[in-house]
Amino acid sequence: MPQRQRVLVLYLSSSALDSSVIAWANYDGTGHTRPMAGDESEPPYANGVRALEDGWRLIQASPLVQHGTGEEFRTGYLKYEFFFEKLVDVDEGA
Amino acid sequence: MSGSHLLTTNQMAHFAASGFLRFDAVVPEPLNQAFLEEIGHSDEVTDIGGHYRRIMHSSAIPLVPAGTPLEEAYPEHSALARIMKLPVVAGAVRSLVGSHPVVDHHFLHITFPPRLTGRPLPSQHTHQDSTIDPRRAFDVQIMYFPHEVTPEMGGTRFVPGTHLRIVSEAAIARYQNIAGQQHMVCPAGTLLFVHHGIWHGGGANRSDRMRYMFKIRLCPTERQCRLWNTSDLDTRSPQKPIFWVGDALGRRDPDDVHTILTEPSPWFEADTGRLEYLNRIRFWRYLSGDDEFDADYWVTRIENEY
Repeated sequence: MPQRQRVLVLYLSSSALDSSVIAWANYDGTGHTRPMAGDESEPPYANGVRALEDGWRLIQASPLVQHGTGEEFRTGYLKYEFFFEKLVDVDEGA
Repeated sequence: MSGSHLLTTNQMAHFAASGFLRFDAVVPEPLNQAFLEEIGHSDEVTDIGGHYRRIMHSSAIPLVPAGTPLEEAYPEHSALARIMKLPVVAGAVRSLVGSHPVVDHHFLHITFPPRLTGRPLPSQHTHQDSTIDPRRAFDVQIMYFPHEVTPEMGGTRFVPGTHLRIVSEAAIARYQNIAGQQHMVCPAGTLLFVHHGIWHGGGANRSDRMRYMFKIRLCPTERQCRLWNTSDLDTRSPQKPIFWVGDALGRRDPDDVHTILTEPSPWFEADTGRLEYLNRIRFWRYLSGDDEFDADYWVTRIENEY
């Protein structure tokens, strides 16, 4: 049976995978759902490890980057980004 | 400076910390109705493009060249001119961007319901307006909601406390949901004043009605220092015990500027949340003109160099 990828992006409060979720995003390659900005008020998991326990596979974690001279205190993008995936069986004939 | 309709120190501190001030139902209903009539609102709209073109070409919203003084932007007696002259509005504008701000741009955002678009349209990605903007000076954007906005109508979404982050416009589109995000669900006549840097996006309209939001971006033409009602500003900024606080544990004065500037937002990361305190404190130094202001010693500690 063919498979499609579902992607979960969790932004955590630190580099530890068991730290709390502060932001999140979903993308659904099956086309069954159309997640969008602002569509949820509560995170899907309390932390990254809870996502692992629910079958999500961690495929990327943001590295820790040394702060550049003069940029030590500048804030911008969320730092602790973790990409997860699930491969989901789909029925192409359905 | 003093004045009854200028912002208070408490309000300014909340703006410094969170990047927004909300004023519910401050525009009287007759003025809301006048605005909707002037733009040509109709419940009978069937053609989206035609409705936008009609409003763009024939409404009372003037074409305003960038840099036009606010006081010259809107025809006298127009709904917009009268709204901008409401004491609460004029006081907030003066407190934030001074006595002679200029218009950067304005725009009437219309979010059409599925009955007109043919299918539910998604919400707008999270973004920061304009482009990378590392200034300490700031513009304000006034969002005017001329009618009630229900949860189904998808009012503007924004994330309090993000305004001091330096990012590049749509680069943050990936952030679908952020802890602490707010959706504008409000009565008619509500105004939302936001710092230009706040992360936001339009919501999806799931109702059967059109949603209007008129936005004006104003730029200061003067240094934004002590423009609000500073009669209650405590310039001594006394430091307090930190961490080991004795009986004060859990009993911080919620109206103290120190407390307001060091209240974490729900989305704060463990380490960069502290950098946001630095951002806020430095922003408050800019606003207050007090280069020695500090809260919980965050900036003093890292400036202690010999």
